[in-house]
Amino acid sequence: MSNNLRFKSSKFIDETYRVSFKFNNKTYFGFKGDTLASALLANGIHLIGRSFKYHRPRGIMTSGSEEPNAIIQLHDNSTRSEPNVRATEVEIYEGLVATSQNCWPSVNFDVGGINNLLSPILPAGFYYKTFMWPESFWKKYEYFIRKSAGLGKSPKVADPDIYEHNYIHCDVLVIGAGVSGIIAAKMAAKNGLKTLLVDEKSYLGGSSIYDNSEFSKINNQITSSWLEKEINEISKLENLEIKTRTSVAAFHAYNFLLARENLTDHLPINQRENKVRQRLLKIRAKKVITATGSIERPLIFDNNDRPGIFLSSAIKKYIDFYGVACGENNVLFTNNDTAYETAMSLIQRGIKINAIIDNREQIDSKISYEVEKNNIKIYKGYTVVDTYGYRRIKKISIMKLSKDGQTVIGDKIKLNCDCLGLSGGWTPAVHLFTQSGGKLKFREEDQVFIPDVYPSDQISIGSCNGDFSLEEIVKNTLFSVKKFLNTENSEYKTIEIISGLNLSKRNIWLLPSDKPIGKTKSFVDYQNDATSKDIKLALREGFRSIEHVKRYTTTGMGTDQGKLGNMHALGIISETAGTKMGEHGTTTFRPPYTPLTFGTIVGRNVGEFFDIFRRTPIHDWHVANNAQFENVGQWKRAWYYPRNNENMHQAVQRESKAARETAGILDASTLGKIDIQGTDASEFLNRVYTNAWSKLAVGKCRYGLMLNEDGMVYDDGVTTRLDENHYIMTTTTGGAANVLGKLEDYLQTEWPELDVYLSSVTDHYATISVCGPDSKKIVSKVIPDLDLSDEKFPHMSFKNAKIDNIKCRVMRISFTGELSYEINIQANYGKSVWEKCIEAGKDFDITPYGTETMHLLRAEKGFIIVGQDTDATMTPIDLQMDWIVSKKKFDFIGKRSLYRSDTIRENRKQLVGLLTENPDDILEEGAQIVADIKKKPVEMLGHVTSSYYSPNLKKSIALGVVKGGKNMLGQKLIIPMENKNINVTVADPVFLDKEGKRLNAKL
Amino acid sequence: MFLINCPFCGQREQSEFKAGGEAHIVRPKQPTELSDDEWAEYLFMRKNIKGVQFERWNHVHGCRKWFNMVRDTSNDQIKAVYKIGEKPPVK
Ligand SMILES: [Zn+2]
Repeated sequence: MSNNLRFKSSKFIDETYRVSFKFNNKTYFGFKGDTLASALLANGIHLIGRSFKYHRPRGIMTSGSEEPNAIIQLHDNSTRSEPNVRATEVEIYEGLVATSQNCWPSVNFDVGGINNLLSPILPAGFYYKTFMWPESFWKKYEYFIRKSAGLGKSPKVADPDIYEHNYIHCDVLVIGAGVSGIIAAKMAAKNGLKTLLVDEKSYLGGSSIYDNSEFSKINNQITSSWLEKEINEISKLENLEIKTRTSVAAFHAYNFLLARENLTDHLPINQRENKVRQRLLKIRAKKVITATGSIERPLIFDNNDRPGIFLSSAIKKYIDFYGVACGENNVLFTNNDTAYETAMSLIQRGIKINAIIDNREQIDSKISYEVEKNNIKIYKGYTVVDTYGYRRIKKISIMKLSKDGQTVIGDKIKLNCDCLGLSGGWTPAVHLFTQSGGKLKFREEDQVFIPDVYPSDQISIGSCNGDFSLEEIVKNTLFSVKKFLNTENSEYKTIEIISGLNLSKRNIWLLPSDKPIGKTKSFVDYQNDATSKDIKLALREGFRSIEHVKRYTTTGMGTDQGKLGNMHALGIISETAGTKMGEHGTTTFRPPYTPLTFGTIVGRNVGEFFDIFRRTPIHDWHVANNAQFENVGQWKRAWYYPRNNENMHQAVQRESKAARETAGILDASTLGKIDIQGTDASEFLNRVYTNAWSKLAVGKCRYGLMLNEDGMVYDDGVTTRLDENHYIMTTTTGGAANVLGKLEDYLQTEWPELDVYLSSVTDHYATISVCGPDSKKIVSKVIPDLDLSDEKFPHMSFKNAKIDNIKCRVMRISFTGELSYEINIQANYGKSVWEKCIEAGKDFDITPYGTETMHLLRAEKGFIIVGQDTDATMTPIDLQMDWIVSKKKFDFIGKRSLYRSDTIRENRKQLVGLLTENPDDILEEGAQIVADIKKKPVEMLGHVTSSYYSPNLKKSIALGVVKGGKNMLGQKLIIPMENKNINVTVADPVFLDKEGKRLNAKL
Repeated sequence: MFLINCPFCGQREQSEFKAGGEAHIVRPKQPTELSDDEWAEYLFMRKNIKGVQFERWNHVHGCRKWFNMVRDTSNDQIKAVYKIGEKPPVK
């Protein structure tokens, strides 16, 4: 490859520091300071990847984050792999390995390229339309479409890198360190404001830092020299923090911004170890100054996507910044003066310019005369109509534009080139401004959207605000920053600007062609292969809103969000539909501005920190005793305790038998506990539970059911009256926080007159439940001073007690139907009391049991679990729990809803027991319940909510909800399964000990 | 994410709060006397305004207090926060 593509005079490239890297398995060299794109161009590599839909060869188009085409997969020699990376943003490092994406088998020969030939049958909306074709047709194509679609490959192993989140608070955030951003940051910091300046690039100064043109000067100095001095000065300011390689991803309301700071991606792999790779900055700024610059527009004409076609500003940057020539025989195609700046850079380096094609008939600026003086042929009033060359551009054809710019006239002229630079003017980078909720206005004279209404304390300055000449940028920046910061002190007393550019432009959104539009491929969105033809088709098919056209054609829906082409899409829509720009809406740019890694988004919240676990005070004992755990909300609960290679079923059967025959012990610490105090506590409970509470004596416990205002069961649990004005309420494990929130809501907003105080004490107590016929003997060994006689301590009552002089509360309540005691003790004593119970229970074969056995035991008794046997559509009446709904109480939450027309319907789904014909058939929870499988469509009557094999009853039992189930006792129903139908009989949901004898251990 | 000025704690980030729907809907004192339609009106019907809306918020990860807020839903500007029981300070 020719060496003269690299010029030895760029100060941004360190030619003493050679870097080797691999692209598509071949080794190349670049220098420190290169991006992957500049290094590839220096090696003469233009073909980088294939386009998404047509698999057309694509090259590098830009020099920054707006790149639509040069998207690659990054690897290194270990497990890291990152798809969809823009080659224009990757700083090369020793050991970099990159491959092309979206090509198979290789970028040079790609099977998917056939799509390019098939394009007449791949119009806009192709994928939507295909789904409507016969299914058989779709299946044939699916294989090939899947094989060829998709950009990049996701990594196969966990991300080994470290990421973190950081909060930053500042007075002023300046986004973008170009001329205007530097000026603004200096003014803010020098006025005593804590200022943060961020820029996505590795250097400061934006495009002006390599602007060495004689045609634009500040205070009679070359722009870049002036700017270097400024940068040097601000880097010493104490109030100013500067972060490079930091890209603002999102600008939310209230000046809350997210930015990604890249810390190690530019380092050689061996220098990255144990360092944070990327950091998500969460920035709260009192004031935001957006100086994000502008993005050059391409021009839209037939075959405007070949490798070797660049934005003209990118060609300039590759020469001036990286010292790399994009081509040896250049043509520039423009509608404004920008391309002449590029031309001057090319001329200064002695690089050949074959011609400049300018849409404008008349060009009148110092810089254009200077270019003409260098004997460069300028075709005025011409347009490019086509390009040639498969893997790289070879030739173009041009024609004269008609006066109105709508057609081409005259003869076609062909020109050779290996590089074509496009300049369609500039689009202010208003992405962050619109993300923040800002409203745009359209400026007719140069066809740009600029910030209009600011939603928060922020301003846009520089070219993102629509100022395109250096003079405007500097003068307006000074003026508006002064006003914005409310200061007289500008830091810039006199400032003189010389600019050789003229701002005239001949804007034609879609350039005319000599071919009918159906025969052209004029790309508007390069990344998603959306053409002007697609947009026109969408309009013909009736789409009008830009948001609809966008989705139908996929314009602007790539990872670049259409940074280059969205304006043209809007322009073509408004021209075709004959409406004003913006009338059909402007597209919404959504965060992130450039893609973020998942690592950055999650930060340190990975592995064990991804979802924090709550552990009971007895957790370590469960672990030591081989418990398997179940997640219940955030809690880790002991699920079952397998012994000697038991499976879950075997363990649960053993635990369930032991609990009913001798004794079982359960860690119930996760149950929600709410301490309720106040003179109106009883009245409060009356209002929140369905049953009556006023008459509950001190020292007694009662089961309560809580509804939503719509009458549906919300939570349940036992509440104990500890004292006249003091209760302790238990809630379900998962419902604790919500119940407290709901109670606070009613207390604070509906019944503020009640004297009631609530606090959560869930974490403060360990709760140990000992159940079974031998439980009394065990508890009496643990608490010998406590009188456990049925007379002194009956079912549903509570006693204060002491264990080794530590106070505890003992409740005689039961969720298993067995005699059982619940010991509540200060959490830090939980484990030792548990161990005492185990020790005391040794002689009685005390068996620790987990949540699965608890569920089985309660199902034998027909006790519901809120959230398993109920969803948000079950009333207490549906649950056959009429007994708990007070008829006497004037009101309680949900009462009125219990006799709405819908809640009193007879055929609502109601809770029933289900017994299988074959006692060994265990139903599947969630299975449908039907009566008649012959009549089609089969009517679904309900579903199974709980199902177990009961070792105590020696048969399968289940609970389910069935339409009108209350009146179906004894009826036969069917549970249709994949390979058989299971016959069941509707039964009483209480399967065991309906009389409740076991509560007193009378077997 | 907005900053919310909790009437009890001062300015805090939105993530500490939970929205609780439309404000100033009083639970009927005698629900049993309402017709199905009247009860349904209280139970189900809520406004969804693009513009100024009166809302309930709870400082759920802070003081746990409920309070009211006047917010423009079109731009998330908070016009006022005030305690339960107080009259809205803006129209
Ligand atoms: Zn608060």
